[in-house]
Amino acid sequence: MEFFIISVIKIVIVLLIILTVVANLVYVERKVSAAIQNRIGPNRVGPWGLLQSPADVLKLFIKEDIVPSTANPFIHSLAPVISISVALVTFAVVPFGGSVELFGHQVKLMIADVNIGVLYILALTSLGVYGVTLSGWSSNNKYSLLGGLRAAAQLISYELSLGLSIIGVVMISGSLELDRIVEMQSGFQWNAFLTPIGFITFIVASFAETNRLPFDLPEAEPELVGGYHTEYSGMKFGTFFLAEYANMITASSLIVTLFLGGWQFPFLETFGLPAMMATVVQVLTFVTKVAFVLFFFIWIRWTIPRFRYDQLMNLGWKVMLPLALVNLVITGGLILAGLF
Amino acid sequence: MDLFDIVFYCFALIAVGSAVVVVFSRNIMYAAFALLFAFFGIAGLYVLLQADFLAVTQILIYIGGILVLMLFGVMLTNRVVDVDIKTGTLQIVPAAILAAVVGGSLSGVFYSTWSTVSGTPSDVATTTPAIGEMLMTSYILPFEIASIILLVALIGAAMIARRKT
Repeated sequence: MEFFIISVIKIVIVLLIILTVVANLVYVERKVSAAIQNRIGPNRVGPWGLLQSPADVLKLFIKEDIVPSTANPFIHSLAPVISISVALVTFAVVPFGGSVELFGHQVKLMIADVNIGVLYILALTSLGVYGVTLSGWSSNNKYSLLGGLRAAAQLISYELSLGLSIIGVVMISGSLELDRIVEMQSGFQWNAFLTPIGFITFIVASFAETNRLPFDLPEAEPELVGGYHTEYSGMKFGTFFLAEYANMITASSLIVTLFLGGWQFPFLETFGLPAMMATVVQVLTFVTKVAFVLFFFIWIRWTIPRFRYDQLMNLGWKVMLPLALVNLVITGGLILAGLF
Repeated sequence: MDLFDIVFYCFALIAVGSAVVVVFSRNIMYAAFALLFAFFGIAGLYVLLQADFLAVTQILIYIGGILVLMLFGVMLTNRVVDVDIKTGTLQIVPAAILAAVVGGSLSGVFYSTWSTVSGTPSDVATTTPAIGEMLMTSYILPFEIASIILLVALIGAAMIARRKT
């Protein structure tokens, strides 16, 4: 019972934080893109335009919800729900701090301490394809269908290199537990330095999995109108929008957890801080690292142009997959040589 | 009837109920969807029996891989070719024989091993290392044969897809 209550509290807190960050991330993205393109960005609603995101969400909520008459209404409504829940549920296994003693309870700072965390992540990212495919199919619109099919093909192709680049990390730490993987990266033994090729392939595959530019072909505006969410309006469209940003947060925290040392602050244990302070520093370290990766996501989006579709597929199968395999061989060789 | 039983029967109901829909649904799209829930029900049963690795691979491979491809096939052929794909009742006799053979051998295995399996799941913390070790030692031959069959299927699919008609 106690375990149940603690879990519910953790879920509520993490969910609230993520949804708040998602709303503000949209604002940050618009401000950063404005800075990159030498514009001003949103500055009318509230001080420095800070209330722009709440205003947008309010607008989406009170807009009319249109379901095309030829669409399949049940699946049409189900698709955005799948998209956002997959993005949020994946975050459950990400550790955002060590364990902490609160009111006499030992609390681990992650929602679900699953001993096969890495497999759990892979399983859930493979579900993400349902959201886009089903929305594209159920809208009964050729642009939606094409967008959905493109998205599915892209996700399936890049999932392979995503999984293969994680395997390098699993080989080094010898565990599928994310907690253990983070613990192994104390000091500066970050997996990004130990398996640099795996790190790069994982980042590129994450970009493809989150459908962000340069990989946002599923919704390439000049060719496909709105892509798989052409026929969506109101808060259903808003849910897809939120899911994209929630996916970005989850992907960034995975990059941080698997490759950038997670919540580890290098050599924190030598500072002799009290336990409570140390935990606060760890959580702040995690948040800072995630913020940097998120900024990197936005930065890339407004810097690099979109791929052509065949280039995207060629990159996925002829460059990324062999690179990920090479990474496996190199990592295995280094482990055999006793370097890790 | 404790919590374990209740959860077990819930998952079992989901799995069996959706399997019935898969078989009897006339609309192939709904059948594919029901299959999704059947897979989920079975994954839930695995989790309940502490087979964590099996549960996750069930989702990863069947739901995330195979079912996606099936949906793909249905979507691409259903509306584009303008042929309504319906499932009908064909070949009753071979199907009945096949079902009887499979069902018979399954229940045979069940009744012959029933006494050796104790009622409680093992308290092994994680099943992944054990499964990995078994696959690479005692069961290396079936494992390799399975991978060769998959490779053959892959090459065959590529050959058929690339053939000029």
